[in-house]
Amino acid sequence: MIGGLFIYNHKGEVLISRVYRDDIGRNAVDAFRVNVIHARQQVRSPVTNIARTSFFHVKRSNIWLAAVTKQNVNAAMVFEFLYKMCDVMAAYFGKISEENIKNNFVLIYELLDEILDFGYPQNSETGALKTFITQQGIKSQHQTKEEQSQITSQVTGQIGWRREGIKYRRNELFLDVLESVNLLMSPQGQVLSAHVSGRVVMKSYLSGMPECKFGMNDKIVIEKQGKGTADETSKSGKQSIAIDDCTFHQCVRLSKFDSERSISFIPPDGEFELMRYRTTKDIILPFRVIPLVREVGRTKLEVKVVIKSNFKPSLLAQKIEVRIPTPLNTSGVQVICMKGKAKYKASENAIVWKIKRMAGMKESQINAEIELLPTNDKKKWARPPISMNFEVPFAPSGLKVRYLKVFEPKLNYSDHDVIKWVRYIGRSGIYETRC
Amino acid sequence: MTDSKYFTTTKKGEIFELKAELNSDKKEKKKEAVKKVIASMTVGKDVSALFPDVVNCMQTDNLELKKLVYLYLMNYAKSQPDMAIMAVNTFVKDCEDPNPLIRALAVRTMGCIRVDKITEYLCEPLRKCLKDEDPYVRKTAAVCVAKLHDINAQLVEDQGFLDTLKDLISDSNPMVVANAVAALSEIAESHPSSNLLDLNPQSINKLLTALNECTEWGQIFILDCLANYTPKDDREAQSICERVTPRLSHANSAVVLSAVKVLMKFMEMLSKDLDYYGTLLKKLAPPLVTLLSAEPELQYVALRNINLIVQKRPEILKHEMKVFFVKYNDPIYVKLEKLDIMIRLASQANIAQVLAELKEYATEVDVDFVRKAVRAIGRCAIKVEQSAERCVSTLLDLIQTKVNYVVQEAIVVIKDIFRKYPNKYESVIATLCENLDSLDEPEARAAMIWIVGEYAERIDNADELLESFLEGFHDESTQVQLQLLTAIVKLFLKKPTETQELVQQVLSLATQDSDNPDLRDRGYIYWRLLSTDPVAAKEVVLAEKPLISEETDLIEPTLLDELICYIGTLASVYHKPPSAFVEGGRGVVHKSLPPRTASSESAESPETAPTGAPPGEQPDVIPAQGDLLGDLLNLDLGPPVSGPPLATSSVQMGAVDLLGGGLDSLIGGTNFVAPPTAAVPANLGAPIGSGLSDLFDLTSGVGTLSGSYVAPKAVWLPAMKAKGLEISGTFTRQVGSISMDLQLTNKALQVMTDFAIQFNRNSFGLAPAAPLQVHAPLSPNQTVEISLPLSTVGSVMKMEPLNNLQVAVKNNIDVFYFSTLYPLHILFVEDGKMDRQMFLATWKDIPNENEAQFQIRDCPLNAGEDSEPPTPAPRLYPGPCTDWGLPRPCDPTEAASSKLQSSNIFTVAKRNVEGQDMLYQSLKLTNGIWVLAELRIQPGNPSCTLSLKCRAPEVSQHVYQAYETILKN
Repeated sequence: MIGGLFIYNHKGEVLISRVYRDDIGRNAVDAFRVNVIHARQQVRSPVTNIARTSFFHVKRSNIWLAAVTKQNVNAAMVFEFLYKMCDVMAAYFGKISEENIKNNFVLIYELLDEILDFGYPQNSETGALKTFITQQGIKSQHQTKEEQSQITSQVTGQIGWRREGIKYRRNELFLDVLESVNLLMSPQGQVLSAHVSGRVVMKSYLSGMPECKFGMNDKIVIEKQGKGTADETSKSGKQSIAIDDCTFHQCVRLSKFDSERSISFIPPDGEFELMRYRTTKDIILPFRVIPLVREVGRTKLEVKVVIKSNFKPSLLAQKIEVRIPTPLNTSGVQVICMKGKAKYKASENAIVWKIKRMAGMKESQINAEIELLPTNDKKKWARPPISMNFEVPFAPSGLKVRYLKVFEPKLNYSDHDVIKWVRYIGRSGIYETRC
Repeated sequence: MTDSKYFTTTKKGEIFELKAELNSDKKEKKKEAVKKVIASMTVGKDVSALFPDVVNCMQTDNLELKKLVYLYLMNYAKSQPDMAIMAVNTFVKDCEDPNPLIRALAVRTMGCIRVDKITEYLCEPLRKCLKDEDPYVRKTAAVCVAKLHDINAQLVEDQGFLDTLKDLISDSNPMVVANAVAALSEIAESHPSSNLLDLNPQSINKLLTALNECTEWGQIFILDCLANYTPKDDREAQSICERVTPRLSHANSAVVLSAVKVLMKFMEMLSKDLDYYGTLLKKLAPPLVTLLSAEPELQYVALRNINLIVQKRPEILKHEMKVFFVKYNDPIYVKLEKLDIMIRLASQANIAQVLAELKEYATEVDVDFVRKAVRAIGRCAIKVEQSAERCVSTLLDLIQTKVNYVVQEAIVVIKDIFRKYPNKYESVIATLCENLDSLDEPEARAAMIWIVGEYAERIDNADELLESFLEGFHDESTQVQLQLLTAIVKLFLKKPTETQELVQQVLSLATQDSDNPDLRDRGYIYWRLLSTDPVAAKEVVLAEKPLISEETDLIEPTLLDELICYIGTLASVYHKPPSAFVEGGRGVVHKSLPPRTASSESAESPETAPTGAPPGEQPDVIPAQGDLLGDLLNLDLGPPVSGPPLATSSVQMGAVDLLGGGLDSLIGGTNFVAPPTAAVPANLGAPIGSGLSDLFDLTSGVGTLSGSYVAPKAVWLPAMKAKGLEISGTFTRQVGSISMDLQLTNKALQVMTDFAIQFNRNSFGLAPAAPLQVHAPLSPNQTVEISLPLSTVGSVMKMEPLNNLQVAVKNNIDVFYFSTLYPLHILFVEDGKMDRQMFLATWKDIPNENEAQFQIRDCPLNAGEDSEPPTPAPRLYPGPCTDWGLPRPCDPTEAASSKLQSSNIFTVAKRNVEGQDMLYQSLKLTNGIWVLAELRIQPGNPSCTLSLKCRAPEVSQHVYQAYETILKN
């Protein structure tokens, strides 16, 4: 299991050091600094073995988190724990920075004592933690016995993510379907790989212990239901989507999903990620990028890029950015674009073309002339792909929320009393076209 | 309020100030002070001096302060055990606190204080907490049992905590169950034999129920524990699989991987005909693919595991090639792993796509990645025959880019392609030859030379090409030298008329001017072969080579099976068994996949392992590098070998022929001029095979001699005689202490532990001065180097020969015996210089019949510049005469004297009589025997004369040998 956990700043100074196991000594702290943080080469692996001690590290801005062990630990668990640790810290004091860590070091030690016992991760849901690890530690005296046992049963209980007795005057919930669409396209316009990774994020303000059931246009569910009437199958079959795989927040009853494919759960209070999913079939690619790069002699490149929007004309895409990489020996660039603004950014070795808004079924074009310094460098320019960023108000996977039903048997509010909001946002993930 | 200010106090006298603050009456000030102490502790300052003052702050109702004090205690209690007792009372009291959070905090902290005295007091509170009404306290107490076990295992057993812990598996609270499982699994790991976890269908059922309800971490503990269970039959295995599969949809990747581990393991027991088997296979792919959209670090862990899964069950991911395409922004460690998996998944169906991708990667920036991509193209060609042509043309395109490392890498893989598809793509040789000059890496040069040699008859100027390499022969790496030697011999056999001079040149370079034994050996073998029977030589050297295998870099099947049992853990990331990186007893137990036990009556055909290639179908394996026979037949250029080096039988046959045919066809020489007689092995007429056994014997001959230099280690105990344990070693003497430098290699398949060594009584009372310290168990194929200090105070018995040493080595498998000869000079003591008068008196005193005279021949020190180079000794292996080519010191007498002095042979006087240098020397053995010597050196004469006088004349012979060894090295 995890033998120790260290947090360093970018210089390699220790900000937090907590040792859980006897086999990890103080010298481990230095070993990591010398061999990883101060190493000359780029990091070649997130797991490093130095003198039979294994170091797992993740980096957040310029803060290094390292878990250390001498045993054959569950490596996936250690990384999941480190991410969780980051989430918990962020939930307590915002951005993970040297400043914030120093300001909250007592709190961090307290958290580390609670969520990692002898190197075994314990309940790390911020909702539960916040009930008894507070920045005002004196609270404990004022708690009644009931409150205390309520805390402990929540921390250890079946529903560790929600406490009892939550009340809202207005029962409300928000569902965000957030998708990132990933694409790799060949210069000839052939899709090499494309997938959507989506998340359903729920923000719930519901009283009591509400039982929720979530439904979407999952092909398997719809086909199952539609068996009765063949007519309906063909009709809804068009709108249903094939989900390759999905994972759920721990509140979702997985066995029920496995047997009936129904998604039922008691949600945590506030915001949480209900599910993640991945689809690869019938993806709507919101934009098509058509590059044309021509080398004119040895010192000049002509680049022409056309983008085409491929969705309903009534919808508007936003925050469109096209990034056209330029060779390292670029000396000057001239650009003309039909829409938006384009600039050559020497520090990033790219031409960045920004368009604020663009409706569906439109196209736009940029022309650039790149002057090159003559070099005797034998190595050819690698031609990194042209990448693109955007945001569209629909789900590129085609996912639709069909319902979200809420039942609370003890309190007297019904599904109809809950105000529900649904929003779809499609963003670009890694959206690249080779040129 | 910010806490960062605590980090900035660095002034002197700080400790004193803190002390005052800690003893302050004001609560706030106290708390501030403790925070400062913790901050200092974090940055590595020693604040242990404040121990009593900090502990005094423990008695407080402020929870935050209490926690800080506890944190301090955990860090420093060990260094101040007596003081730590002061804290016990508070702990015991806190364990009774009405607030469950405080009870748990106390029991949690107490377990972290690793002081023996405290553990005694811990037992009672722990017992209560294990039965506490509050689940939070119970789950903390469960982990505490594991902590206590780590400090004092006996105590835990005596107090019956293990039984209580077992009871907690049936606890109503899922988190208590999970922690109890984690604690029990850890304790069980250090007692591999105990039946602690005692998993049975009932307890498994409880675990599976808890699995649905506990936290993500608890699910991991339970799944990891389940993976250790072996279901009694396939029905049970299936029912567990059915209840574990829902976990594949968990958001936590570790839960998913642990579930995959359970499924992969239990699937082994399911019949392939079962519908469920197919369903399960289909269910495994999507979650594995989903792992690739996690954060990069987790992707890396997932990819390392997928690499294992793909080798074990290629069918799971065979359609998922696209998800392993490399993204431009992937971190390099993810890119390299993806590439590996792409090659494994490459098949006829997807090869076009894969090739297009690989070509793209070959233009990227990262050198390692580009190289791997180029190599991958070659591997595709070898794996998918239909694509070979396209791969070759892709490689040619890449060679046209003239990017140096791309060209070199491409040539290395093209060589492999030639091996796989002989006589198919030779048309590209011309292009390859164009790039000859740009090759600067040994592997690429060697590959190119191999190609030239192999296809010498089709390359018009092959002799010129090879000759150009010959100019800098001595600057080349061994790999290139060996290859060049073989290539030129091949060329000679193909075009004997024009290349005689060349072959003589390379043979003499290899045999006379090189100090690399491998190269010399190979040179001599070729030389002998060519001079005795060129026809046989042709058959051997130009023999048809076995084809190379399709898959490379496969993990050895037993290791793969073991690693499958470790999916998700570090072992699966390193692709090594835990024993290779975990110290001590933990994790050494080998895990293996469960055997198929069908409850159904269907008696199926014995099923082979479901890997791509069942054991019977591996004819294409080339022998391992370093395999001597393979070496001689120049097979050593192949790609890394897959699997164990089996199927070399045909090659061995050839080797026997080599020596058999050599005898009866001495007349076969066409126009071949025999090499200088000296180099012709003298034992040519020896029985068949003696040449080879000579080769193998040599090692043992060299190691036992040694000068002031450390002799190369010789094999003392071959693995064959010691159930897989191979021991080689040598003796050294350094500043008055003798040691035996041993190298233990485990060539068996099981782990070796519990090493011990013992010497038989011997002439000089040599005995180990310390026990044989092998710190970690020796896992298969691992080697350790140990220096064993020796003393000369053991019991004495005269041995025959005098310097014979009989050794017994024990390990967990058996006891093994071997004997070795130690060089006498390790016994020469540092105070062996006699004064002149004493020397004269003693010399006279010792009777003349005790004088022994020896000739030291071919003493390299003494060969003058103008004299003829010494004729090599008529042996296949020139042995100690290795440094003919080395520069010699100007004054041979002076050099000899200083050389001998470094081995504790002291020159008492020196004089010159009739042009000869006379050195008078003395030395003393560890048992007090003095030896006096007169060394006569004649300038220009390679031999010198040694006269020894000693009261115990038996040692003279061995002192002479020591002289010889020292002078010749």
